[in-house]
Amino acid sequence: MKFSRTKWFGLVLALAAALAVSGCGQKKVATPPPPPPPPPPAPTATLTANPNTINAGQSSTLTWKTTDATDISIDGIGKVGPSGTAQVVPTESTTYRLVAKNQSGTQESTARVTVNPPPAPAPPPLNAGDAQLFMDNMKDIFFEYDSYDISGQYTATLQKDASFLQAHPSIRFTIEGHCDERGSTEYNLALGDNRALAAKNALIAMGISASRIKTISYGKEKPFCTESTEACWQQNRRAHFVYNQ
Amino acid sequence: MKRFAIYAVLILASFTCASAQDWIRTGTGLGVEKIRLAVPDFKIGANEGSTQNLPLTFNQTLWNDLEAAGIFDLVGKSFYPLGAPGVPQDVRLKDWNQPPPNANMLAFGNLSVQGGYLSVQGWLFDVKNEQSPQVLGKQYREEANEGNARLIAHRFADEIIFRLGGGLPGIAETKIYFISNRSGHKEVWQMDYDGAGQKQITHNGSIALSPHVSPDGSRIAYAGVTKDGWQIQMWSLELGRSVSFPRFNGTNQSPAWSSDGKSLAFASSWSGHSDLYSIDSSGGAPRRLTNDKGPDVSPTWNPKTNAQIAFVSGRTGLPQIYTMASDGTNVTRVTDQGYAVSPSWSPNGQFLVFAWVRHYGPGAPGASDIYLMDIASRQFVQLTHDGGRNDFPSWAPDGRHIVYQSNRSGRTQLYMMLADGTQNRQLTTSGENTQPNWGNK
Repeated sequence: MKFSRTKWFGLVLALAAALAVSGCGQKKVATPPPPPPPPPPAPTATLTANPNTINAGQSSTLTWKTTDATDISIDGIGKVGPSGTAQVVPTESTTYRLVAKNQSGTQESTARVTVNPPPAPAPPPLNAGDAQLFMDNMKDIFFEYDSYDISGQYTATLQKDASFLQAHPSIRFTIEGHCDERGSTEYNLALGDNRALAAKNALIAMGISASRIKTISYGKEKPFCTESTEACWQQNRRAHFVYNQ
Repeated sequence: MKRFAIYAVLILASFTCASAQDWIRTGTGLGVEKIRLAVPDFKIGANEGSTQNLPLTFNQTLWNDLEAAGIFDLVGKSFYPLGAPGVPQDVRLKDWNQPPPNANMLAFGNLSVQGGYLSVQGWLFDVKNEQSPQVLGKQYREEANEGNARLIAHRFADEIIFRLGGGLPGIAETKIYFISNRSGHKEVWQMDYDGAGQKQITHNGSIALSPHVSPDGSRIAYAGVTKDGWQIQMWSLELGRSVSFPRFNGTNQSPAWSSDGKSLAFASSWSGHSDLYSIDSSGGAPRRLTNDKGPDVSPTWNPKTNAQIAFVSGRTGLPQIYTMASDGTNVTRVTDQGYAVSPSWSPNGQFLVFAWVRHYGPGAPGASDIYLMDIASRQFVQLTHDGGRNDFPSWAPDGRHIVYQSNRSGRTQLYMMLADGTQNRQLTTSGENTQPNWGNK
């Protein structure tokens, strides 16, 4: 860039020199007419909004400044003076556009006011949200093949589940025991039962009242995942928590 | 029952259990050469006003029943003389007892559809006994319809099988109970032993498992999900509705009738882990049989004595087959490796069939196959070899046939086979079909 500008400058110089040399050989003919008055400079315009983020119902102040403009307007407000301020109360996020014109040109400037939406309505009463809270907080635990022992990892999971349940003492729930597709239907029904009961007993040991807990085994009758892969089988060897209305 | 048991002992004692492999090679001819039986199509008398081809249904059903029996070598129809006999006077013994048919026995007869009734006369001739060939002569008359054409064929087949099969009753009139999901839910269904007449029994819209029909065929016990969890439920086939049965806490499942119909054994987690209990079939006097932490499920009574129960237990890890006295004493482990489940005790009391993944673990293919074990010697033979998961074998009352489930062709379907693993025949095709239980006649 720097190089090309230098080059350009050099070209202009060379041309000027050539003109000067050629002009030297000519005689002065007549005095040229006076040049017309120079056109006015192009207008300038700036527009700012302060603050530029508001909550719905609040106002923002637009401030604008122009120079050399003959025709100045702001979209949504109309014609305005060369400089000034205006209060706006947009209901949704709006981009304000300042247009300053004169015979030499047009200059624009924009300012955006972002409107935060009104806050969500007040949360529904606590009971209706229990089911959702339960789903969000109660994590299922998983088992090894043919096992109903709760490993250390899932003891930690159950401890978090237990603290949620302690914080929400009115919630009652069912623990479903599930198994993978391998092996006999009847044996898996008993195995799923043992898994559900193991989770129940662990929660009781963590201080959750037995009266809040139901259990049922679904054996391999209601798989979460139906492919014959270890990844899928692992998903199906679980104790699953279900909120009771 | 007693007569049946005696016959069963006589028949099955004819091979040595110490060499079960040898027996399997000799097939269910049970060490005896199969009887060459000729069964020409029954001669058609009147066949009026019928849109259904009842003679064809009758002839096909009779042939299929005799072939499925496993004790006959049916002589191909291309060897028969021209002109099938319809009555004894038509029979020329020399046409049958010499090559090409070279038959030992001839089953023949006639049928007619007249006045809305199907009439059948059938005979069984010992064609090698020229002095007194007639073994059997029967006559049947029922309303003319497809079902009755099949029924009469089944009855006549069972008469023949009973006469020629060492006194063991045939199974052509028996039914098989099973679970099917074809309605969208797992419900109890029934069908004829050959897969015909499949019919939904329960309509609970929940999950039904493990149907087990009472020895007199009047009730089906099964496990179902109720508002109280898994409970033993009782369906009366006579009343066509559920009848009450006591409920217990926990998961209650895998009911099994004793062969005298007086008791049921089942698994219950009433105490906190799945143990076995027995209870009067009226629902009274529950008795605890096992008490250990591992799951105990799937009891099956020794139907000859009702003094023993075989079952599945996970008390030492992977499930294995055990036996015990029916009061819970004298627990003995039967299998020593792998994953062994779903035992069914043979009518003669001598064998268990069960599903076994013998070599379970990393690197093992893990196919579940049906095995037959001689309980006294612990000798066993593998009956299925066609891949897939084979499970829930159930003995037919003749002790010669076994029905089981397999997913070898994709979806789980029911198959029957002879007790040596031959003559496999697929019985179901619609939906997934599981947990068959073979009823008595």
